[in-house]
Amino acid sequence: MIRTHLPPLVSGTLFGAGLAFGGMTDPARVRGFLDIFGDWDPTLAFVMGGAVIVMAIAWRFVPRMRHPLFAGEFALPERSDLTPRLIAGATLFGIGWGMAGLCPGPGIASLAIAPLEASVFTAGLLGGLVLNRLAFDRPAKETAHG
Amino acid sequence: MTLPGFPDAAPLDGLFGGLLIGLAAALMLLGAGRIAGVSGIVGRAFGINDSGMSPSSAWMFVIGLPLGAGLVALLKGRLDPEFMPLPVLAVAGVIVGFGARLGSGCTSGHGVCGVSRFSQRSIVATLTFMAAGIATVALMGAFA
Repeated sequence: MIRTHLPPLVSGTLFGAGLAFGGMTDPARVRGFLDIFGDWDPTLAFVMGGAVIVMAIAWRFVPRMRHPLFAGEFALPERSDLTPRLIAGATLFGIGWGMAGLCPGPGIASLAIAPLEASVFTAGLLGGLVLNRLAFDRPAKETAHG
Repeated sequence: MTLPGFPDAAPLDGLFGGLLIGLAAALMLLGAGRIAGVSGIVGRAFGINDSGMSPSSAWMFVIGLPLGAGLVALLKGRLDPEFMPLPVLAVAGVIVGFGARLGSGCTSGHGVCGVSRFSQRSIVATLTFMAAGIATVALMGAFA
């Protein structure tokens, strides 16, 4: 129980702390990063850079590990094909991200900082996930990437 | 520390926050063998997706997000976020959720976990949602 539940709890907590520390829970800062034709705020590039550097190192350990530290096997996405669905989904995601200045992680993390605004965004987010499920009801394998 | 030419930027806070996010995603990868993709994990917690980690593990991650952000808010004092109006947040939330599922990932799954793995799908998705976000902010600015 502790072996399987503690890692995601610690990971989620670190993730939420990183989002708040990096300023991603401030929609004005995120929209400032996307505002390259206006008053550009490059902070988010440092957030993404820091996260990608650590993860690029972490990926190098995966081939050398027989199994994850606290689980039986790796369950990682294996697809490499570019599909219209990928592009359409990313485009819609970017439109919503730009409108609100929030994506799923910061939206949920903000429940602790601005409960009203974060609840409204999160309710919409869940509605969008449900709508997608209703519209496509596709096999879960394709949705595993997150 | 400030960045020359960008008085509002917080590069060190950003970098530190990013390192924490990277550690979180690395723990998920090397500990649980999974991608720390928030949209997928949230969908799993609420029983909307039917694959991924166990629903209870997904809940642990989801609960951790506000827990960590709340701790930082206590440590740093007022974070003072500026939100868009509630109707915009609601509509944007739906578009973000729908798009994240359609595109198999969001800023965390594609932008952090996939890009760092040099996944072609994730790099294309990340460039696409950044371009769409830039266009959206520019258009909203033009019509504001």
